[in-house]
Amino acid sequence: MTSLFIIIGYLCLLLGLGVVSNRFSKGTSADFFVVNRSVGSFLLLMSIFGTTMTGFALVGSTGKAFSAGIGTYGLMASWSGLIHSAVFFLVGIRLWAVGKKHGYLTQCEYFRHRFDSEKIGYLLFPILILLLIPYLLVGVISAGKFIQASTKGLFPEAFALTLPNGNPHPLSGGIPPELGGAAICFIVLFYVFFGGLRGAVWANTFQTLVFMITGVIAFWMISSRLGGLAAASEAVLESDFARPRAAREGLIGHAQFLTYCFVPLSVGMFPHLFQHWLTARSAKNFRLTVVAHPIFIMIVWVPCILIGMWAAAHLGPLPPGASPNAVLGRMVEGLVHSPVLSGLVGAGVLAAIMSSLDSQFMCLGTMFTNDIVLRAMGKDRFTDRQKVLIARLFILAIVAITYVLAVLLMDTAQVFDLGVWCFSGFAALFPVVLASVYWKRTTAAGAIAAIVVTAAVWCVLFYRDIIAEKPEGAEEELLIAGMMPVTFMIAASAVTLVVVSLLTPKPSESTLRKFFA
Amino acid sequence: MKPAVLLPVLGFVVLFVLHHDFWNWARTDLVLGFLPVGLAWHAGFSVVAALFWWLVSKFAWPTAIEQWADETDKGPAPRQSAIGNPKS
Repeated sequence: MTSLFIIIGYLCLLLGLGVVSNRFSKGTSADFFVVNRSVGSFLLLMSIFGTTMTGFALVGSTGKAFSAGIGTYGLMASWSGLIHSAVFFLVGIRLWAVGKKHGYLTQCEYFRHRFDSEKIGYLLFPILILLLIPYLLVGVISAGKFIQASTKGLFPEAFALTLPNGNPHPLSGGIPPELGGAAICFIVLFYVFFGGLRGAVWANTFQTLVFMITGVIAFWMISSRLGGLAAASEAVLESDFARPRAAREGLIGHAQFLTYCFVPLSVGMFPHLFQHWLTARSAKNFRLTVVAHPIFIMIVWVPCILIGMWAAAHLGPLPPGASPNAVLGRMVEGLVHSPVLSGLVGAGVLAAIMSSLDSQFMCLGTMFTNDIVLRAMGKDRFTDRQKVLIARLFILAIVAITYVLAVLLMDTAQVFDLGVWCFSGFAALFPVVLASVYWKRTTAAGAIAAIVVTAAVWCVLFYRDIIAEKPEGAEEELLIAGMMPVTFMIAASAVTLVVVSLLTPKPSESTLRKFFA
Repeated sequence: MKPAVLLPVLGFVVLFVLHHDFWNWARTDLVLGFLPVGLAWHAGFSVVAALFWWLVSKFAWPTAIEQWADETDKGPAPRQSAIGNPKS
């Protein structure tokens, strides 16, 4: 029970942070949405890193390493270290400059002006929501699953579970994921409502520190309980089930490994990262983020991958019905016998999850208010206070939809796969943002065609991989000619963008002067 | 191509190629007694990537774009976003 009380205490601390950040608010919508563009290097690094690391990074990576081994690090973490920083450097700084120069707040607003087209804003908004919802689901499902695994056995009568064969479920007595997910949604909603993006930036910084420190503590505790680093890894090599996970042969294909490089391009089109970039005080504030990002990723991911690999030797094959998403929770719960540390680690995992959810909720509220309501009804129709209220109500609606979907998919969705699909969709839109900042010849028709093609291809492939029933013997992860589907999505998007742009009239000189130095 | 552009591009290509460590694919031997060699390679890759971005930020930082963004303060008033006044 001590660990549960520590987690509850941590969540209460976040509620307090929301109230305190509200006291620093200037009460304007600019302060609520982009913190008055006043964020310095350290806060920018921590908020951007906290936003990109989610349940996907901790819960998903551990589960994926349990199933697919150490190659998981190369698939996502080391590619991300190189590609994320490249995107921050090549695209993030330019978008910050344009945002500062012209006073933009959202991606839709930027694209609408860059391409001189009202339509592109209305087209992009629902597509960004469509792609962001799987990302939100990753957070809510990860939180629910982790809380259940960490509290197993605490409530044996209230939350008893049995396996299909009648034996007790390994997670019996844990808080149901539906309840845990609801609690997390409530906490994030609370501090986002009170503090706006300032609350999210502060909470992200605090939570990033918490999950990095507690992650290191958990790693040290788990390795100690397994007899030390060397003994834990030796046990993997001695286990028939776990040994293949110390390499990539038979688990990850060469083409799959190579084409994962396209997935991290998604950060160029994440609407919540766009909003975080705009909070920077100056372009110089990006330097620390560009340089430290690969190291921060390593600090978080290497321990998770090792824990996932060790879990394969320690836990063995999972029983039917058990999800790899619960592996981290089971390792912490089963090996970290100190209830205080167990509680701190639990708080750290939830911190990582919430530090992404808050920014995503915030950006959706900002886009809805700025790009839909105020566009359609006129910007002078509402007071600043009413604009903030509209954003809050939309956030509430999105959270409700996400929660219902999370409950429906709680037992079937694989956190890692869902996350990869979300990232793939945003990555396929990357040619649009890259062309918008570097290729003057890009036209509105080209950008719109690329967005439509991306949405269509994504929906078809997502349906085939996640929703449709797979034929017997089919690979678990959808690959096309051994490559990640994102490869073809990016190719389709880029070719469409270039061909349609070249076939349509050039943008006006006045528009180009506005966006190119 | 200017050296300030060419060298970062070359560095990026080299890192891109080094990421695909096919020679470690089937190896399970441990580095430092606990890190599978494939994981050790990629952890090292992350450190080298950080070093690469440090060099890029030191020698190829786009100072012109910052000046361009700051020109707003001296030039005509920017258009206002629909929400509030983000130029504060």
